[in-house]
Amino acid sequence: MKRILTSGSRRARATLFAAALAAVPAAAVAGDPLVPYRVSGGEIPEPLGGLKGDPVRGRELYLSRESNCALCHLLPDGDPRQMGDIGPPLGGVASRFSIGALRLRVVDSRRINPGTIMPAYYRVDGLNRVAAAYAGRPVLTAQEIEDVVAFLATLR
Amino acid sequence: MITAPGRRIPDTGLRRGKPRLAIGLLALAAVLAARPAAPAAPVATAAEAAPVATAAEAAPARPIPPERLRSGLDFAAPGIRALQADDFANPGMLWVERGERLWGESAGAAAVSCASCHGKAADAMKGVAARYPRIDPESGALRDLPAQINACRVRRQQAPAWAAETEPLLAMTVYVATQSRGMPLSVSIDGPARPHFEAGRAIYERRMGQMNLACLNCHGERWGGRLLAETISQGHGTAYPIYRLDWQTVGSLERRFRSCLSGIRAEMWPYGSSEVIDLELYLAWRAQGLPIETPGVRK
Repeated sequence: MKRILTSGSRRARATLFAAALAAVPAAAVAGDPLVPYRVSGGEIPEPLGGLKGDPVRGRELYLSRESNCALCHLLPDGDPRQMGDIGPPLGGVASRFSIGALRLRVVDSRRINPGTIMPAYYRVDGLNRVAAAYAGRPVLTAQEIEDVVAFLATLR
Repeated sequence: MITAPGRRIPDTGLRRGKPRLAIGLLALAAVLAARPAAPAAPVATAAEAAPVATAAEAAPARPIPPERLRSGLDFAAPGIRALQADDFANPGMLWVERGERLWGESAGAAAVSCASCHGKAADAMKGVAARYPRIDPESGALRDLPAQINACRVRRQQAPAWAAETEPLLAMTVYVATQSRGMPLSVSIDGPARPHFEAGRAIYERRMGQMNLACLNCHGERWGGRLLAETISQGHGTAYPIYRLDWQTVGSLERRFRSCLSGIRAEMWPYGSSEVIDLELYLAWRAQGLPIETPGVRK
């Protein structure tokens, strides 16, 4: 289960030395919910599993209780009294970051800042006391990650 | 739905007493050994003296300085504050009345009431809640107020313990706590309480759950900020048991922990477990000086 995505640096090193790994098909390990991905230069350049994101669905996810993005981050068209403010506001975020950098921030922000409180949305290791209902699965699926990233990409 | 999978009778805390204490003392020794700032000699003395904890234990620095402590009430809407302030409107007062009734009722094989031994609650219980959780001198176990009430029921009244989060236990806890209304929290973290304090602090600071957040991340480092429309409070338990509008009833501080644990998608501890009481002790120390508000009201 935790074989594909172990520690960030180990994974990053592995990809540096084996670029071909990016071509590993999704769900290489049976039952593993995570598809492998490549981190390079502070980005995840390719979409997870080669999936195409839907920005409309991404916005729905943003506002949903499943992802909880709005709990901490304000949207440019959102009511500031109805969205959280403990994370940076996301207006213009796609002008500040590339799509790949946004993807890495959603997938696993700890790879950029180990002390961040931003949850890793696509990681199942390095966690404590995860409730049984959520154990072993990431907050969002690969498709949902791509949907959210596609939505974030519209925030220019 | 909150379920109560059989609260441990507080005295069973004895079972875990020894290993927990040993682990705690080890942790304490490690902490003392690791403190770089303190001069060498006192540290060595304290480490040697660890098995019998003494006044040599340095008081830990307050995470929130006393002058910056703010009750959760300060972050609540004016309507909520008004509801809590008015004893005729405060729905928690119903539990005070129930508790008062229970205080005078005989129970158990011993057929005695709380009043039989303690007399008037207004006198006997004044200031008591401000000192909990505290170490029971006889058993050495750390007890919060509900655990102490149940210990009394089992030991003195020879009655079965009330299950966690049930009406009578909440009512009695509210009633006892209300006798200390306005009095500043003042718990002891010295001696045998210290390992519990350290364990509670470790829980408070440890990231948990699928969302990978610690109590500290929100209530220590980001209070005053906002999650959706909710202002993050400093996370003090000074108004518990509390009437929450979203519960439509009174609930314990432990139940409130469960709301946060559910939010971060973390595994809950069983009701009445030592981890919960350790955390309660750490929070009480952290809130030291704030007045007890029970019965509080929140959204």
